Amino acid sequence: MLDGQFRFDNFVVGAANRLAASAARAVCESPGSVYNPLFVYSSPGLGKTHLLAAIGHQARALHPELVVEYVSLEDFVEQLHLAIGTGQAEAFKKRYQSVGLLLLDDVQFLSGRTETQSEVLRVFNALQSTGRQIVMASDRAPTDITDVDERLLNRLSGGLIVDMGTPDYETRVAILRHKCAERKTRLGQGVLEELARSSIGNVRELQGALNRLIAHQALMGESLSVSDVWQILGAAQLSEEPDEFETFLQDIATGVAASVDGWRLRLGERIAYWSGQGFRTAILEQALDLSEAPDVEQLDASFTAVTDRLRTLEAAAIKLDATHAGLAVFRDPDRLPEAERLVARAMALAEPPLAPRPGYELSALVRTTQNRLALRAAAAVIEGPGRQYSPLLIVGGTGAGKTHLAHAIGAALASRESAGGPVACLSGDEFVDDLIAALQRGDVEGWRARYRAVDALIIDGVQAIDGKEGTQEELFHLFNALHQDHRQIVLTSDRPLGAYIALAERLRTRFDGGLSVTIAAPSPSDRVGRFTPVPEGDEAAAPNIDLAIVVPFAPEEPVVAAAVEPSALVMHGRRSLDSFFFDSEKIAAEWPDATGRVLEELI
Amino acid sequence: MPLVNYSARELTCKIVYYGAGRSGKTTNLHYIYDRVPAERRGSMVSLATHNERTLFFDFLPLDLGTISGFATKFQLYTVPGQIYYRSTRKLVLQGADGVVFVADSQRRQHDDNVQSLRDLHEVLAEQGVDVRSLPLVLQYNKQDLPADLVMTPRELDDALNFRDVPSFSADALAGTGVFETLRKVSQLVLQRLAAPQPAHR
Repeated sequence: MLDGQFRFDNFVVGAANRLAASAARAVCESPGSVYNPLFVYSSPGLGKTHLLAAIGHQARALHPELVVEYVSLEDFVEQLHLAIGTGQAEAFKKRYQSVGLLLLDDVQFLSGRTETQSEVLRVFNALQSTGRQIVMASDRAPTDITDVDERLLNRLSGGLIVDMGTPDYETRVAILRHKCAERKTRLGQGVLEELARSSIGNVRELQGALNRLIAHQALMGESLSVSDVWQILGAAQLSEEPDEFETFLQDIATGVAASVDGWRLRLGERIAYWSGQGFRTAILEQALDLSEAPDVEQLDASFTAVTDRLRTLEAAAIKLDATHAGLAVFRDPDRLPEAERLVARAMALAEPPLAPRPGYELSALVRTTQNRLALRAAAAVIEGPGRQYSPLLIVGGTGAGKTHLAHAIGAALASRESAGGPVACLSGDEFVDDLIAALQRGDVEGWRARYRAVDALIIDGVQAIDGKEGTQEELFHLFNALHQDHRQIVLTSDRPLGAYIALAERLRTRFDGGLSVTIAAPSPSDRVGRFTPVPEGDEAAAPNIDLAIVVPFAPEEPVVAAAVEPSALVMHGRRSLDSFFFDSEKIAAEWPDATGRVLEELI
Repeated sequence: MPLVNYSARELTCKIVYYGAGRSGKTTNLHYIYDRVPAERRGSMVSLATHNERTLFFDFLPLDLGTISGFATKFQLYTVPGQIYYRSTRKLVLQGADGVVFVADSQRRQHDDNVQSLRDLHEVLAEQGVDVRSLPLVLQYNKQDLPADLVMTPRELDDALNFRDVPSFSADALAGTGVFETLRKVSQLVLQRLAAPQPAHR
């Protein structure tokens, strides 16, 4: 049963018990989440039971739904015996497992009771595993309780251990005044101070002495004076000279309590917790050196965020490769970027994005005046990926050879020995679909990781992202990540960026930030060339000559206009003309009649 | 200066008893040792010559238990007072959090006191310690001797206490002033904890 007399508002806090009181309040506010278990110890008569009861009341007031159980160890043992005797051991266990806040007093009596210890240990395990709060009080430190099972001892000392010292003079006066106010009694001037000056350190005895004084005053019917105090208390005055070392110890306790910074204490608490979890706490330790108090809660929250991320990463890494378990990089918040890269790499290697299609070679492309620049840029990119032209944006109409160029660059980059990761080479539509599929799976993180680990990203037909906000957003971040790491990015587009209907400005500027080259159908002077080989089964990607042949005869597009200003075809011409690509051999084979006419009219 | 370790929750104070030979430093430690409950003290390490003079140093570790959540330990050292052990003194003084200077109140020992105090300042200066910021307490020992042999605390204050630090009269053999001295220097050390410090722990 909780004693209703014992509340926080009549618990006088001094230097000797300040830490215990603040820990107790913290426990009330969020039971189970901080300082679990909380272990309070002090010599008898210094307020342990008061504090336990106060925690119980306050926690009940703050969390009405919380089941609070206050029990002294003796009662606990008695209940246990009764339960076993009546065959109700199960009910006993159940009862304690439903408790949300267990206040266990006089824990020192655990000493030597093996059966009780194992029962307490069981209850502890049940409560702690479900995040329920345990608060214990004892007249000595856990390590000083003899004959206790090692595992139980670990549980006892696993949370926060605080002691309460003998109150100093000022606190003693405050306690006595408080008691007088409670009793609505006034004693003579200086009486309480005189009593506080006595060697009685134990608050309970102090109260006893005060009671005697109050009783005396009530009987005599007159106010007591200082000189009466020791006449009435007599024996107490004759109490032996206080032990020199004990008084020294009390002074030190007061000194320590006054000198220790609260925020450093809390921070130290967190550091101990995190290093207990195996994390490096260098960041927090640096904060300990600050002369001004930082926002410890915020610091801890951001640290928690990082460690959460590290844990997620570690879990992801273990899934890919069990040997990743417990790597130091997952335990050091300073190395978060490194951990991110490690996981991204592992993911990318385990399930790489689409690779360039085999069989494309840069040398196979017919070099014309219209794609000369693009070819040279492609060669430079292959030579030094990520250094000179990143991103390389290739703009050209359908059938101008963009796909061929993109896959040729991709294949060349992927075949380099120094490649740090896979080369992603895919069409814009595939890129969008892949993201949508990842969203469907709920694995955008994995998607990001895979793409962020690539050595080069080649998107053929980036116009597919036009108007797709989500993809643009993701591409933006991906772009930044790759660009920062000097990875090569190659984009092809069938239209100039200016012709996009909805392209985020931040992406547009980034796309334009590297080298932008146009590729177009060959001009008449390029017509003598050779067949551009296309790997078998990949004919769709072949430069489109059909269109090239047909379009010039379309009535609404006079071929003459194109002939007058061939370069105008690239930027201003209709798309069908942009895609003009010529290969005399192919045309001769398939369109014998057309060859002659087109040639004639263009010239 | 590992005074307070917030992550390990340890508070360690190193206090050095300094002073001329035969001024009573080891006697101070012995008195404290005898008053400390056995479970609180480590074994006192005393390296002494045949005639009970401190050869290297005395070391008395005190485990004050958990105070405000900190495992609090005090380490009390003495230095050998004789002039020729200067390098040892220097070694012992390294990393001290507080110093008790024990002066022999006898008039004929006055020069030794002055020399030892000067020596203390020199050693500290060599170690780059700002004497003004180091908690220092003076103890005028052997005040129980006949009045014509000893200087009064007032005289000693005039002669030695030019920084106006706390000073205590003592009779270390009987224990007078021993704990008062220790308490004061501990308080000063702990106060220094609370004051903002340069970035080291």
